[in-house]
Amino acid sequence: MSKQASNAVQLWDFPGGIHPPERKQLANRTPIAHLPLPSVLYIPLRQHLGSAGNILVQPGDTVLRGQALTEPGHTGGLPVHAPTSGTVQAIIDHPSNHPSMLAEPCIQLIPDGLHNSVAFEPISNPFEATALSLLQHIQQAGIAGMGGAGFPTAQKLAQSRRIELLIINGVECEPYIVSDDRLMREHAATIVRGSLLIGHILGNPAIVIAVEDNKPEAIQALEHALTQLDSQQAEQISLRVVPTKYPSGGEKQLIQVLTGKQVPARGYPAHIGIIMQNVGTAFAVARAIDHGEPLMERVVTLTGEAFAQPGTVWGLLGTPIAHLLTHAGLQTEAQQRIIVGGPMMGFTVTDLQIPITKTTNCLLAPTTTEIPAKRQELACIRCGACEQVCPASILPQQLYWLARAKDHDGLAQHHLSDCIECGACAYVCPSEIPLVHYYRQAKADIREAHIEQQKAEIARQRFEARQARLQREKEERLERHRQAAEARQKALAAREREHAQQAEPAAPNAPAAASDDPQKAKVAAAIARAKAKKAAQQVQQQSQQGDSESS
Amino acid sequence: MSILSGILVLAGLALLFGLILGFAAIRFKVESDPLVDQIDEILPQTQCGQCGYPGCRPYAEAIANGDDINKCPPGGEATIQKLSDLTGREAKPLDAAHGVEDVKKVAYIREDECIGCTKCIQACPVDAIMGANRQMHTVIADECTGCDLCVEPCPVDCIDMLPVTTKPERWRWQLDSIPVTVVDATQALPEQKAEPKEEHSGSQV
Amino acid sequence: MSFYIASSPHAHQRRTTQHIMLWVLLALIPGLAAQCYFFGWGPLLQITVAVTVALITEAVILIVREKPLRATLGDFSAVVTAVLLAISIPPLAPWWVIVIGTLFSIGIVKHVYGGIGQNVFNPAMAGYVLLLISFPVQMTSWMPPSTLATFELNFIDSLWLFFTQYTSEGYSLEQVRLIELTQSLDAIVMATPLDEIKTQLSQGYTLTEIKRSDVFSGIAGTGWLWVNLGYLVGGLLLLYKRIIQWHIPVALLASLAFFAALGSLFAADQLPGVSLHLLSGGAMLAAFFIATDPVSAATSNRGKLVYAALIGMLIYIIRTWGGYPDAIAFAVLLANMCVPVIDYYTRPRAYGHGGKAL
Repeated sequence: MSKQASNAVQLWDFPGGIHPPERKQLANRTPIAHLPLPSVLYIPLRQHLGSAGNILVQPGDTVLRGQALTEPGHTGGLPVHAPTSGTVQAIIDHPSNHPSMLAEPCIQLIPDGLHNSVAFEPISNPFEATALSLLQHIQQAGIAGMGGAGFPTAQKLAQSRRIELLIINGVECEPYIVSDDRLMREHAATIVRGSLLIGHILGNPAIVIAVEDNKPEAIQALEHALTQLDSQQAEQISLRVVPTKYPSGGEKQLIQVLTGKQVPARGYPAHIGIIMQNVGTAFAVARAIDHGEPLMERVVTLTGEAFAQPGTVWGLLGTPIAHLLTHAGLQTEAQQRIIVGGPMMGFTVTDLQIPITKTTNCLLAPTTTEIPAKRQELACIRCGACEQVCPASILPQQLYWLARAKDHDGLAQHHLSDCIECGACAYVCPSEIPLVHYYRQAKADIREAHIEQQKAEIARQRFEARQARLQREKEERLERHRQAAEARQKALAAREREHAQQAEPAAPNAPAAASDDPQKAKVAAAIARAKAKKAAQQVQQQSQQGDSESS
Repeated sequence: MSILSGILVLAGLALLFGLILGFAAIRFKVESDPLVDQIDEILPQTQCGQCGYPGCRPYAEAIANGDDINKCPPGGEATIQKLSDLTGREAKPLDAAHGVEDVKKVAYIREDECIGCTKCIQACPVDAIMGANRQMHTVIADECTGCDLCVEPCPVDCIDMLPVTTKPERWRWQLDSIPVTVVDATQALPEQKAEPKEEHSGSQV
Repeated sequence: MSFYIASSPHAHQRRTTQHIMLWVLLALIPGLAAQCYFFGWGPLLQITVAVTVALITEAVILIVREKPLRATLGDFSAVVTAVLLAISIPPLAPWWVIVIGTLFSIGIVKHVYGGIGQNVFNPAMAGYVLLLISFPVQMTSWMPPSTLATFELNFIDSLWLFFTQYTSEGYSLEQVRLIELTQSLDAIVMATPLDEIKTQLSQGYTLTEIKRSDVFSGIAGTGWLWVNLGYLVGGLLLLYKRIIQWHIPVALLASLAFFAALGSLFAADQLPGVSLHLLSGGAMLAAFFIATDPVSAATSNRGKLVYAALIGMLIYIIRTWGGYPDAIAFAVLLANMCVPVIDYYTRPRAYGHGGKAL
């Protein structure tokens, strides 16, 4: 502990990084607002990383607020819950909150405005409870990482490894987004409580809450919340202010800033004894354990100059984004960019009926003067600016050439998989090359090629197995025929012998005739069989034709 | 004499190096996959027979024996390119006589029309159709290679080849393929109120 | 209305190639001003012709290659190449010299390799080397700095010399230089100060004796000192505006200074010292404007250090033991050739692949 304390002030740096205009004041001045109920909710079955759960409701069912709509199936998955009471109208494919906007199964819920809740079951004395029971509770509450990827929280916390450090990530380094900022200002105590609960599950490692130095109010609120703790808890948890630099809120980057360690490639932070959770997740965990509330809503930042009233709101999961955009007074332009997420890593959408999910932290609607339209991509001048800013220390420029050449082996050698898609390279590129887009497509192509390869391999095996089976069956058939023929021949020969013995004094050419005879007889028999079969088939066919005609 | 010695020395050297090379060729031999296996590895394994051979492996053998590399429609240009890289032969465009490159498809049996004749089962090169005599058949979509071979034998024409639907997690970032939706500004946000919104001071920051 | 579809990141720094190149041109002004002050109108004439030829060449090639014309012409990279070449050659070299040089730089060195971003060699320096080995007389005919000259060349004379090789009064460039030669008390054949030192050293003079001449004013060549300081100021501006990184200039100058100091240590009277090396030739121009050409330089920070140090060392070696007046162009081209190797061995260690990244 004393060693930890002496280390407390030291911070490290990560390579690269950029300082884009932060523009956080746009939305962080007003408290998190509550919205009127939307007229319809589209609750996606899958709002996390992994497979969807099994549906528990049917169209026409009346559901209560907090009622589970799905349960984890045999392939895993997280439950989703009704964020308000109402009627399940249908289970439909609805455009998803994903850059592709491809349709995914959603539960269409019509709120009844009654806010009838199920009886929530909090866990009293959670610090006495076993980690397993708390994990099950978190799982049932449907909590997934609320910082970005949406990894199921219980799954992440269920570590067999020894965890020495829990990092609660309140860095929120991406410009414009202030959801975590507002949450920390208004609910610092709950976040600290959630952090301690997660710490308890992990066997009480040291806990560090990290906040970027551009959020003084949030830092103050957290400091105040920490002073309220008893001395033992206060010793376990500490607040650390990190310098503002994008993307210091990235999991790997923040670990490097706080500990100087790097997560091994293709590994997880748990491999070096660290677990990171977003402040929003810590908040949700505290709500789930202390109040029994499943994850039903989250803070969404509505920001950008196209909004008349930017700010933050509590968005019910499943709310169509149009409802939120209207609330903030969106004034659309001729070519309006609606970005889910921030200006660095968010994606544009063209359908305003897509729902808010567990990972939707921001809706950004900039004006064209604020974020101008993309200009034409020019030739790479090999200036190396991208390399200077890459936080993963990979070579963006080489990757760009390799991606254009579709050289998958080369991309793997140059560590494409270590790219975190933060967008720093494309941000500084003087030729405005959409580098990240090239990497995403290359990653998708590699993934597809891999899947196709596996499928081809399976198809080959199945084909070969089938060929082998057909061959075997053919051989078996031949073998059976041969044996049958042999048996017949033997029987015939035996008969012949008897015959011959009886007609001993017959002519000397008799054996030859005898050997001829059975052959002829066999052929004749076979011909007769075939004819009979043919006739039978014809009859059958005629009768079938007759059937079909008559029918 | 000097000529003779020169010839002898050179011949001796030639012999020596020849021996060294010969030894090295045997000693450091690199075992590589036979060509047929490598070609088979590249082919898409749909086993559709569009190339004119009964399956991918026979076509791989044919290519190894000098047949053209542009007869595989399911593999398309990408496969031709890979085969060209491997064999060193020119990458010709796909031979249209064998079919055209198409989107990936998967067979689907309209189950209420199926009479259970097992003809499609016999035709399937990868055993991806389940069913028995006079029992309804169904396609194991994950195992179907989209080879099309089951469609022909079906006496009641109840098999459709449906394009594989893309899932978000297997989307390939084709932003160009997202349709541009042109909407009336007032309809984009159905609940928007008509009254003018007060200008927010924060927008100047 | 419609919704705009784009891939992240949506925000952009908005520092374009054009922006960078314009800053480079702007930063050249102090050094160029000094050059014009000491060497007359020549550099401006050279630049005018070079830029014109460069833009026309680039435009023709872009049309032939069916590439977007405006975007590439508008990035000013051809202009920068032309200006760098123009200020490197003797101010009163005949017009066809710079025309040939520019044609070669843009047409062959840049576009035959695939246009901007693809060229292996620094176009300006490759053009310079072509001119130097093809037209050695014209490329070494430098005038003495105007402060020493007795023969005042006005704009008209410069123009006449540039285009016809004769002044309006009918003197040829050789005659003008001959007048300087006879008028000059030292009776020295004027080239660049470094060339001068080399010639004199070969005639058995010691460095101390040579430096007494008017051509040298204290620490470096007369006039050249100010030209170099001008480019240093411009370079610092580029550093300040973060157009270039510090790695290349610092490593280049440090490496050159190191070897010069080493040389002085062993043979103080036979080898020019640090100040002469840094301030009498093209060292500052090379360090801030030529070696920093992003296209032909190494990419990683470590790679840039190695690359620039290599240039510094090569400059010293070629200046000391080579047969040419200055060594910038050769050094840069040789280092360009080494870039792939340097890049290969200085790849930064990607995050999570072994120990701490650089």
